Amino acid sequence: MGDMNPGGAVVLEGSEQGFALTRVDALLGWARKYSLFAYPFVTACCGMEFMALNSPRFDLARFGAEAPRFSPRQADLLWVVGTISQRQAPALKRIYDQMMEPKWVLAFGTCASSGGFYDNYTTVPGIDKVIPVDVYVPGCPPRPEAVLDGLMLLQDKIARNERRPGVVKPRVDPPVKVAELVQLRRSAHDPSELVPRLGRGETK
Amino acid sequence: MSQAVLDKLKARFGAAILETHSDFGDDTALVDAKQWRAIGEFLRQDPACEFDLPVDLCGVDYPRRLPRMEVVLHLYSTTRRHRVRLKARVGDEDMEGAELDSLVAVWPGLNWLEREVYDMSGVRFRGHPDLRRILMYPEFVGHPLQKTYPAQRTQPLVPYRTEDEAGVPLEKQAPFGPDEGMPFGRRALPRSEES
Repeated sequence: MGDMNPGGAVVLEGSEQGFALTRVDALLGWARKYSLFAYPFVTACCGMEFMALNSPRFDLARFGAEAPRFSPRQADLLWVVGTISQRQAPALKRIYDQMMEPKWVLAFGTCASSGGFYDNYTTVPGIDKVIPVDVYVPGCPPRPEAVLDGLMLLQDKIARNERRPGVVKPRVDPPVKVAELVQLRRSAHDPSELVPRLGRGETK
Repeated sequence: MSQAVLDKLKARFGAAILETHSDFGDDTALVDAKQWRAIGEFLRQDPACEFDLPVDLCGVDYPRRLPRMEVVLHLYSTTRRHRVRLKARVGDEDMEGAELDSLVAVWPGLNWLEREVYDMSGVRFRGHPDLRRILMYPEFVGHPLQKTYPAQRTQPLVPYRTEDEAGVPLEKQAPFGPDEGMPFGRRALPRSEES
């Protein structure tokens, strides 16, 4: 479960029980970053990627951020997932105002971050025009890995008690080598059909 | 396929059918706006027409042509399996007289569609039971799909935070450059034509 040494605590050996020294804010930050109760404000297509993120494959529970709370009063991380229209902005503002301090906001995807390509009368050009944002995750939609990057960035900010917004850097896929690509061959049974060529040592 | 419907309309309403065409297989009749309701009732009730499904209703703005706003109604008959498209032109430069008779009494399904056309294009439907905005919020001023609505004008319900309040720059940050957004279509009409 990651860093089990809260805020660079100094553990002193020698006593029977043992004790540690740290600062209160560092200890609080360490505790908070592993118990993020999420309020998902999901409005658009990014929601599909948000569902993928919540699947076991990406295992949000590693970060202690898997528990959704459908009351903003019990949540401390507001996920804004998708396009926010001018008509929804008052609802978003009200949800944010109802959350208890300390609270954080993650802008999931390009629309929530900047309005995306909706550059018109109907869309808020980025939720930071209405509420403060801690982490921006670009992407249309962002890959779950990018969101995990954003979540770790947020945890880092919480641990350091840092409130300036951060932006997740886009990841670049490494170039694919030809040898790693699946090769196709014509099926022996039906020459019009292509089937994967089995590599050495592989069997049907 | 429904050329017969166009012929029937011309025989029945004569001069109220301003023009017809069947381009690309879509039979279309441009009709006199004053006869909108009567033609609708006829198409709904005539046994050879029997248009029971109003597929869509929309407004199209042609700001350099008068009458300016074209209201387009697509109809389909689930029993006769034919389609027809009706158009009516209303409204002068300032959308004065952009009014049509409501067809909600003929096709109840047009209720929300007429509200949408009112909301987006500003055409008022006489006799509509509940002519309110349906997509935009009640505080919204103007009709965004009119070509004279300035492309840059937004009407936020929540006042935007200023950079002083936020304490951080609110201009779009990397990787959200100022060019993020639509690369086209930001041109409104010349300023003299904006309201």
